[in-house]
Amino acid sequence: MHTFAELIIVLVILLDLALAVTGALSTCIRLVALQGVVAGLLPLLAGAGAPHTRAVLFAVVIITLKGAVFPRLLMRARDKSGARKDVEPLISYPASILLCLGAFIASSWLGSRLPLPQAEVAWIVPASLATIFTGFLLITTRSKAITQVLGYLVIENGIYIFGLALFVEQPMMVELAILLDVFVAVFVMGIAIFHISREFDHIDTAELSELNDWRRGEYGK
Amino acid sequence: MEIIKPLLQYLAVMLLAPLLLGVINRVKALFAGRCGQPLLQLYFELYKLFMKTPVYSRTTTWVFKAGPVIGVSAMVTALAILPFAGRPSFLAFDGDFIFLIYLLGLARFATVLAALDTGSAFEGMGASREMQFAVFAEPAFFLGLAALARVTGHSSLAAMFGVLTGDLWRTAAPVLALLTASFFIVLLAENSRVPADDPNTHLELTMIHEVMVLDHSGPELAYILYGAALKFWLFGSLIACMVLPRHSGSWALDSGLFILVMFAVAAAVGVVESVIARLRLIKVPYLLITAFAFSALAMIFQMGR
Repeated sequence: MHTFAELIIVLVILLDLALAVTGALSTCIRLVALQGVVAGLLPLLAGAGAPHTRAVLFAVVIITLKGAVFPRLLMRARDKSGARKDVEPLISYPASILLCLGAFIASSWLGSRLPLPQAEVAWIVPASLATIFTGFLLITTRSKAITQVLGYLVIENGIYIFGLALFVEQPMMVELAILLDVFVAVFVMGIAIFHISREFDHIDTAELSELNDWRRGEYGK
Repeated sequence: MEIIKPLLQYLAVMLLAPLLLGVINRVKALFAGRCGQPLLQLYFELYKLFMKTPVYSRTTTWVFKAGPVIGVSAMVTALAILPFAGRPSFLAFDGDFIFLIYLLGLARFATVLAALDTGSAFEGMGASREMQFAVFAEPAFFLGLAALARVTGHSSLAAMFGVLTGDLWRTAAPVLALLTASFFIVLLAENSRVPADDPNTHLELTMIHEVMVLDHSGPELAYILYGAALKFWLFGSLIACMVLPRHSGSWALDSGLFILVMFAVAAAVGVVESVIARLRLIKVPYLLITAFAFSALAMIFQMGR
């Protein structure tokens, strides 16, 4: 059973690496959704014995939200914004993947130093830290507004996995509150991206630092 | 009898290696709806080439003639240390996986020197590409073998694959799966198979390995083709040893199963070639960096267990 959970952890890390090299925006959205689903499955496998009904219900909610609702919202935002269909990274893909690997090495060192209770599944802490780092990487080195949302979702996945390392079953209220926050955030960001692209004809974050009236003349609005 | 077995294994490798490329071609033909070449095509070609007289350009020196010979002898030596069906070959010693990597490097070096010796700019370009991709492939392969040595706790290839049993797959499945994937990518790149290079093209601007051997003819071209077949067997047998961890007591059963798995690996390569298009030349390093990342992950996983 734990070997299976370890395989899922490996899958989460491989998805991190895939996110670092993927150029197509739609593939990125699907990868983030897949990572959410995989992370949602993890608590069912990490605990000893059969999972509670509550845990199963909760996993179902997470999987529907992260696997079906979020990707649909993001795809809609991508289509409506009419932007180019690739992520337009600021650094090259090999550099991204090497940064990701470096992050994994650093987080495995950090994971061994943190005073945490012994986790049931090996590698769960380094994997979660590496996932959080990948989220930051997506936010900082990609120039689209959608990838910022994606990075935010990846960070949420990482935090969720980190929570699993501490308690196999988290307090339901906390988790539900986080899920609601994330849902609202993705919803609001989707609307925001749509408005940004309608107002400025692009969703390039590098340009957003100069949101002044005089830019309007340049973009013809 | 115990002395004869390793020799028999070695003989089987030497005889069966060209058959694998025939299997790949037949699988590709099956996917494309063609009849395809005969399974034994490479044997016929080797026979034909050995009957021919080589032709040498006036600009070449002995380096050009030495290249194919060094290449094929490095492969023949390398196969003498590779395990067969998880059983040691007769030249196995501690730390021989480093020797294996140096033999591969030597073969590559000789081929590249021979290509440069022709004085053709075109072959020089091929040599440069071969070296460029080797820079990415070798660390991936070396780190993969080092991680495997770490998992199994042995430093000889024969011992590594000897202790690789089903139990090890149960406890260290993630590491072994990552290593198998990494070796498969290195196999595709090192043998100039489709995602990295297309062995069938002679479209000048896309080929990597084929370009370097254009000036060779006759028996020397036969050496190169045979060396390529042996190299494919070498990488294929690493994968076959990884995915076939069961060792029954019987030597004949193990060997038969192993050869079957080798054909399955060749068929898998054929399927990959049929369903994937060749990558753009500048994307090939990405593929190899992925292999490197797999090996590095496997290593990190193993260090922290």
